[in-house]
Amino acid sequence: MLEGILLGLSTVFSITNIMMVIGGCLIGTFIGMLPGLGPMSIIAIMIPVAIGIGDPSAALILLAGVYYGAIFGGSTSSILINAPGVASTVATSFDGYPLARQGQAGKALTVAAIASFCGGTVGAILLLIFAPMLASVALLFHSAEYFALMVVGLSAIAAFAGSGQVGKAVMMTLLGLMLATVGEGAQYNMPRFTMGIMDLQSGLSFITLSMAMFALPEAIYLVLDPTRSNSGTGQQGQIKELRISRQEAKRIFPVIGRQSIQGFLIGVLPGAGATIASFLGYAVERNIASKEEQDQFGKGSVKGLAAPEAANNAACTGSFVPLLTLGIPGSGTTAILLGALIALNVSPGPRLMVDNPQIFWSVIISMYLGNLILLVLNLPLIPYIAKILAVPRNYLIPFILFFTLMGAYIGQNNATELLMLVGLGIGATILRFADYPLAPLLIGFILGRMLEDNFSRAMQLYDGIHFITERPMTMGLLVLAVILIVLPMYRARQARLRSAEGD
Amino acid sequence: MLNTMRTMAAASIIAAATLGLSAPAFADGHQMLEKIHFLIPGGAGGGWDGTARGTGEALTESGLVGSASYENMSGGGGGKAIGYLIENADSNHGTLMVNSTPIVIRSLTKVFPQSFRDLSLVAGTIGDYAAIVVSKDSEINDMAGLVAAYKADPKKVAIGGGSVPGGMDHLVAAMAMQAAGEDPTKVKYIPYDAGAKAMAGLLSGEVIALSTGFSEAVEQAKAGEVKIIGVTSDERVPAFEEAKTLKEQGLDTSFVNWRGFFAAPGLPAEKLQAYQDVITKMYDTDEWEAVRARNGWVNIHNSGDEFLTFLENQEKVIGDLMKQLGFL
Repeated sequence: MLEGILLGLSTVFSITNIMMVIGGCLIGTFIGMLPGLGPMSIIAIMIPVAIGIGDPSAALILLAGVYYGAIFGGSTSSILINAPGVASTVATSFDGYPLARQGQAGKALTVAAIASFCGGTVGAILLLIFAPMLASVALLFHSAEYFALMVVGLSAIAAFAGSGQVGKAVMMTLLGLMLATVGEGAQYNMPRFTMGIMDLQSGLSFITLSMAMFALPEAIYLVLDPTRSNSGTGQQGQIKELRISRQEAKRIFPVIGRQSIQGFLIGVLPGAGATIASFLGYAVERNIASKEEQDQFGKGSVKGLAAPEAANNAACTGSFVPLLTLGIPGSGTTAILLGALIALNVSPGPRLMVDNPQIFWSVIISMYLGNLILLVLNLPLIPYIAKILAVPRNYLIPFILFFTLMGAYIGQNNATELLMLVGLGIGATILRFADYPLAPLLIGFILGRMLEDNFSRAMQLYDGIHFITERPMTMGLLVLAVILIVLPMYRARQARLRSAEGD
Repeated sequence: MLNTMRTMAAASIIAAATLGLSAPAFADGHQMLEKIHFLIPGGAGGGWDGTARGTGEALTESGLVGSASYENMSGGGGGKAIGYLIENADSNHGTLMVNSTPIVIRSLTKVFPQSFRDLSLVAGTIGDYAAIVVSKDSEINDMAGLVAAYKADPKKVAIGGGSVPGGMDHLVAAMAMQAAGEDPTKVKYIPYDAGAKAMAGLLSGEVIALSTGFSEAVEQAKAGEVKIIGVTSDERVPAFEEAKTLKEQGLDTSFVNWRGFFAAPGLPAEKLQAYQDVITKMYDTDEWEAVRARNGWVNIHNSGDEFLTFLENQEKVIGDLMKQLGFL
């Protein structure tokens, strides 16, 4: 293996390949900041360029750089304008945006950058050492376990079920799950709940719903409430401030460490991926945090920001395990990468390490390098990026609206998406006025489709629901989900009882 | 889209997708058409998108067509673009719409009201065969083995695929069982949301066999991870000669998942002929060969009347089977 690593190092450290990493990271970061363009579309755009290069190692290094850059750039729009353009950065906005609102945008971006860097780096190291061994882990999960894993992911909504909010959070989750059933599912060959509207045939698109639930109501709130915009309130100095206090660093590093490993393992599963990893990371960290820290989650906790960022980056790296060792892409993005590999006459799979060791190792080494370069390139840029929020609100609001609308339009070129966005956005704003949390709705929507697909597949395979008792791992995961949901409620109740006694 | 991941893996080339660049003109004397506008019924990055942009690239770079432009119009599983082309037929004489096998299935299931008969048929250009696949450790080595297991207890033979029940992968599995003289309605079909997910299901042992696209299974088969026990082509496919066809194993059935181009209804005959000629000519160019090889496409050329016969035949076979399976 040492030989392989050295081979990888010597391939990566050539001037051209380093330029590839830098170029890829920059392109990825900047395009990734636009909410409508996730890693998948950016990589798709870059593929003809990469194939034009001809050398498979260099091409893959470029694409890996673009991939990391895009994931990193994606969290920027979540944090600054509450517009998560990719499902895996939805959890980032839970705490990242409140932090930015409190005038700590610079700090939030720095925490995200460091968490991403650590997640990606730990992921690359794990990939380097364990990739061949993990191939079998990737195949460990059946539909039954994926179903149970999605249920565990749903427990992330507990973070929004504060005192008196439990009923509201549950209702919003159910609404999200219901919205996920619109359109043609994988299980039925007929469209459901489309009301005859053609544009609903393929279901609601994630990006439209995400913009409608998060970014648009936020922009409307900014219009309605002048005091919400912090421009000109003397906080500009702080917006640019990057520094993380020693105490905060101490709090986030264990989180980053845990989530890098957990995220990587979830990423290895071809049916899970970065989104599930980020929700699970958020849910788990919230539940093991102390009482007062737990209350901070959803209101601007650095822990709540670091957890999903570390987890989704580590998961992205983890998704290279099934791609490189089995030739199975675990996500849309890795599916496109697989297409690029085949076009370059490289067949991923168990033979890759034997037939093309320099590609295998140089991709892994370049991931590590890509993460490093991303951090070095972006830390100095953060003050300038964060300054966007210091723009006077009469310029900032149109800017947010433009990004929101463009995000929903750009992927599909379908103007009806814009109508849906505005309609759903108005509904979401009303719900927000009534103090309903919107995050559970989006979590329900994202997980709903996978939850249903895996559940009905497991039902079909076992001719009934007894797969839950027959498969110990499914049972275990479901028990874990129950604990994650019930424990915080129990603890809150205990705390209430105690304080009542204290009175 | 239902098969987003599969189609994306198959057609990874999206030339400057969202930037909407049109290719430059290299008019070097043998230009046959000034320009073509491609209408793509799905979003950027899908299989239809890759087909249209790849074809446009080959046509313009070889100089056969002056310039190409592209328009993505998603919605209604492709129905929106079909409706648009029919309603605005007169102003769309310069437009070619890309489509594929699902247009046949979806008009049968009445997902959209129109069918291929409402359009001018230009040509089927590329395709992929379907394949029945088992994992390398499976005791099953050929179709006879699979049929025997099916005969013993169809409930124990879970067959996975990357499309919905009643979709392509399900139909191919049912077709094979029907050809073997078994009851196709008993096929225990397990749908996944993409071909790659279905492949993971096969490798994890969740399903016994997989019905999938041939080109999707080839890499895995070459690596020795899976065994292709049957291909739906008439002859063995050069890309992987070892894989036996269904026909040579005594199952008299074949299937092609095609992609091709349609034009507005009422298109003048000479205009239609010009499109067909330019596509026929395209197959001889190096530029097309480069695009084709890059995407792993198989040339399956059906022009004009042949295309109509092919589609009518496919519609009949699929329609009869879907009726029997209770989907119609």
